[in-house]
Order: sequence, then structure tokens, then C-alpha cells
Amino acid sequence: MLHSKKLVPYTFLIVPLILYLIWVIGPMAYTFYLSLTKWDGLSEPVFRGLANFERLFRDPIFFTSLKNNLRWIISFITIPVVLGLGLAIALNRAIPGAKFFKASFYSPLVLSLVVSGLIWSWMYHPAGGLINSVLRAVGLDNLARGWLSEETTVMWAIIAVAIWRQVGYVMVLYLAGLQGVDPQLIDASKVDGANAWNTFRHVIFPLLAPVTVIVVVISIIDSLRAFDLVSVMTRGGPYNSSSVLANFMYIEAFNNYKMGYAAAISVILFFISAVFIFIYLWRVTQDELEY
Amino acid sequence: MSTSKFFSSPWRTLGFFLLLLITLIWLLPFFTALLTSVRTNDDILTQGFIAIPKEWTLRNFVTAWTRGGLHQYLPNSFIITIPALLGTLLLSSLSAYALARFRFPGNRLLFFLYVGGTMLPFQVLLLPVFRLTDALGLYDTHLGIILFHTAFQLGFCTFLLRNYMRTVPGEILEAARIDGCGEFRIWGQIMMPLTLPALAALATLEFTWIFNDYLWAIVLLRTDALKPVTAGLATLQGQYVTDWTVIVSGALIATVPTVLLFIFLQRYFIEGLTLGASK
Repeated sequence: MLHSKKLVPYTFLIVPLILYLIWVIGPMAYTFYLSLTKWDGLSEPVFRGLANFERLFRDPIFFTSLKNNLRWIISFITIPVVLGLGLAIALNRAIPGAKFFKASFYSPLVLSLVVSGLIWSWMYHPAGGLINSVLRAVGLDNLARGWLSEETTVMWAIIAVAIWRQVGYVMVLYLAGLQGVDPQLIDASKVDGANAWNTFRHVIFPLLAPVTVIVVVISIIDSLRAFDLVSVMTRGGPYNSSSVLANFMYIEAFNNYKMGYAAAISVILFFISAVFIFIYLWRVTQDELEY
Repeated sequence: MSTSKFFSSPWRTLGFFLLLLITLIWLLPFFTALLTSVRTNDDILTQGFIAIPKEWTLRNFVTAWTRGGLHQYLPNSFIITIPALLGTLLLSSLSAYALARFRFPGNRLLFFLYVGGTMLPFQVLLLPVFRLTDALGLYDTHLGIILFHTAFQLGFCTFLLRNYMRTVPGEILEAARIDGCGEFRIWGQIMMPLTLPALAALATLEFTWIFNDYLWAIVLLRTDALKPVTAGLATLQGQYVTDWTVIVSGALIATVPTVLLFIFLQRYFIEGLTLGASK
């Protein structure tokens, strides 16, 4: 089945590969060099060894960002996974209006994060926003607050938007996974007298385990990439309380012109992600090893 | 199951209404945005959000489109997205064919390189790509950002198409070879038509992704007149800080292309998402 005329594959590969090496692989390698330099973006980078990393590990904003990314990850691998799985199971059967329900949960996915961020910023608005208006209307005035201007709520308010978007995606993946579950197995467990919860726990959930692994890994990688929402909604404020690594990096690079320092932040981001990318690659290519 | 039979069980009925409630909550941001866009800022300021508007208006859309600059930003989004989309689909279908159908040294390595590149936090590429566009004289040009999107999306597209192309039975290709068909003709006349379902799914998804990109637009473009709608909206937000009716109207206009795409090609969009994650 596989053909082996020597040069043919390379003629197909050459153009895309050159483009990919120039714009993706090359730059990735160059980031590592930049992280060891002092560079303002205009003059030539000057080699400084590990100075950027030493500074980074003493920078409180770095640890705030790291903590916020961690909050993002933990929220992402719990709430959307539970909700997405629940919805997938509920909508995987003949239910009136299933199409409408599914489309409603997919719909946030087609909005850009910028648009989502703007609409939610307005919903969080302290005076005219929907959330505070509803709270005041039902007499819960003391719960109304500046969701995006208070340090204690801001990060969670942003993560909530990300979750709003993510649930539909997780649901899509589980719905696809459920297509692969043999209905006979579920019937068999019912014949054996298992109730709905036991069928879920001992039959459906284990069968969906490969989907769950992919969902969790994708959620973690997405959490580490988070940038747009923070950038549009708060730019990391107030007092860096909603800063995440990607946003911290952007500000150091393009507002403070400390590009070497910013490169060091992205190198850290790279190493954290690499662990999970490796798990993902290992999963998706497992059956490749046969040939 | 018929509708009446479905609602014959009280538990199912309860579950149904719970689901309906969650769904309506999920759609609240859309309702909020739509309701806001047809009101005046003064009306919201004086009456509060929960009130029957004294006047309805479409002026916010006009303001966002003209003075807010969306008449410029939205076409820019297409100018960037369409060439990048076509470029990346063409090039990735070439490399995917090579990876799916030929055994050669480095095949596995290249595959890993493409998949790994897709999963990277793209911030890792930010500064070098910024520098590269500058060095090539492509900073603050549409060509620069088009080339970058084309190259960066190659990873995901190659990964997905390669897996799809591997499912095509080899006999079809072998038969063409025996008839003396060249490899590029086999790719163009046999493989590509067979790959159309995957290409359609991928195109829908990639359109949305490139169209919705924000980070690269703010890093690689500086001139306001060149910005796509995502970056443009951020500018608009700064310009109309306190007038949320205009900001939200602008946001709604910006979503029209992807929402239309979703309405007409929902099936492909969902297929793309699934293919991407599970192969």
C-alpha cells in the first residue's frame, strides 16, 4: 500500500515544509536564544545568560500569573468536563428539541474571544450590567459588585467566560465518543439489573476514558494559552490580580519593551505545556506504532 | 420516541425543563447583547438595564460601522482570512499526502513536528515572528500576517488530513499508478476529491479560527486601517469607553460572518472539532 519511489514524497513536502520551518520551527528555537538576552525590540539582542530567569523567579507578578493559570487549569478540567459530559449524555438520546439544545451550547464557540470578552464585560458592568441589575432587582444588593475591578472576583469572572465557551466543545467531543459506545453493552448492564448511575460509572464512563484523557489534556493546553479574554477584559488588572503568563509576557514585551525577559516567560510556558503535549502525542499516536 | 410519550414520565419532564433552563441561561449573553444594541446609552443610564426602553434604535450599528471603523476592519478580516485559509489547505493537503501515503526516512519525525507545533502555546513564537516580519519588511502588512497564519495552521491541517488520507483504500491509488498516472495527478484527481468531506470540515473550522484571531493581529499589525475586526473591536472599545451600546453593536456586527457560517455549515464545523481532537 505504501509507495517508495525515493524523491516523490519530498516534492510534495518541500514547499509546506520550508514555510513551516521558517515561520514555526525556526522561531521556536530562536525564542530559547532570546530568553538568554537583553533585548528592547529595536537594537540587537545582547547575551546575558540566565539573568532573565533569575529575575523571573523573584518577580511576584510571575507567581501571580502562574497561580492564575493554575486556577484556570483546575476550573477547566472540572466544570466544563462535568457539564459537557452531562449534557452529552442527556442529549445523546431522542429528546424533543435536541438540535436546538446542542446548537445553543455550540454557539459560543463561533464567537471570537474578543467578542465574548466584550459582551461579558458589559454583563459584568458595575452599574448598568445585567448581573448586578438582576441581583438588585431580586433584592440581593449586597452581592452586586464590580466583578472586574475587585481583586477577589476578577480572575473567576474571566474564567467563567472561558467556561461558558468551553462546555460546548467538551460536549461535542463526548457526543462523538458516545457514538462509539455499543448500545448493546448498555442494554446488557440494564438486563443485569444495574441502575442508571451504575451503568454510567461502570460501563459508559470507562468506555469514554480515551475521550476524557484528550479532553483533559486539551483543556490544560488551552488554559496555558489563555490570553485574549484577559487582554480584552482587564489587561491583567487590577494590580495584576488577573494576570496570566501569556498576558504577562505580552505586556513585558510590547508595553515595557523587555523582550528578552518576555522570551524567558514564554520558555517557561513552553516547558509546562511540553509535558502535556507529550501526553497528547503519545495518546493520539499510540496505534500508529503498529505499522 | 414521540413527544407525548417523552413527557409521560414526570422525571423526564422535570429533566427536560431543567435542561431548558440551563440552555436559556447559556444564551443570556446573546439576548443581553441584542437587547443592548437596540437601546440608547442614555436610556440604559437613566432607567437601568432591566426596564422597558423608551426608544428603540438601530443607530448604534450605524455608529459602530462608520465612526467605529467596522466598515474598514471587517473587510480586512476577509482579506487576511481567505488567502490564509486557501494557502494552508492547499499546502497541508500536499504534505498530508506525502505523510499518509509514502514510506520515507523522517516521515514519523515530520508528523510529530507538525502535531507538536499545533499544540504549542503560540506565545512561544510571538517575539521571533515579530522580529522575522520586521526583518523581511513584512511587519504591519497583510502579507506578513497571511503568511504566518498559513504556516502556523499547516500543523493542524496536515495532522488532520494525513489521518483522513490514510483511510482511503490503497487499491484505488495503486490502480491509477498502474495506468501510468503521475503522483500529482493522483493527488489532484483521486485523493483530493476523496478528501473533500475532511477538507470541508477543516475549512469551516479554520475559517473561524483565523477570522477570530486577535493576538497575531495586534502583534503583527500596527496601522489601524489594516486591522481585522478582532483588533479593531479592541480599538473601538478604547474609543467608546463608556458607550456600551456602540461597543456591543460592533461586537454583534463582527460575529455575523462566523455565525452565518455556523448556521449553514454547522455539521462540518462540529465534524472538524471532533476530527481534530480524536482523529
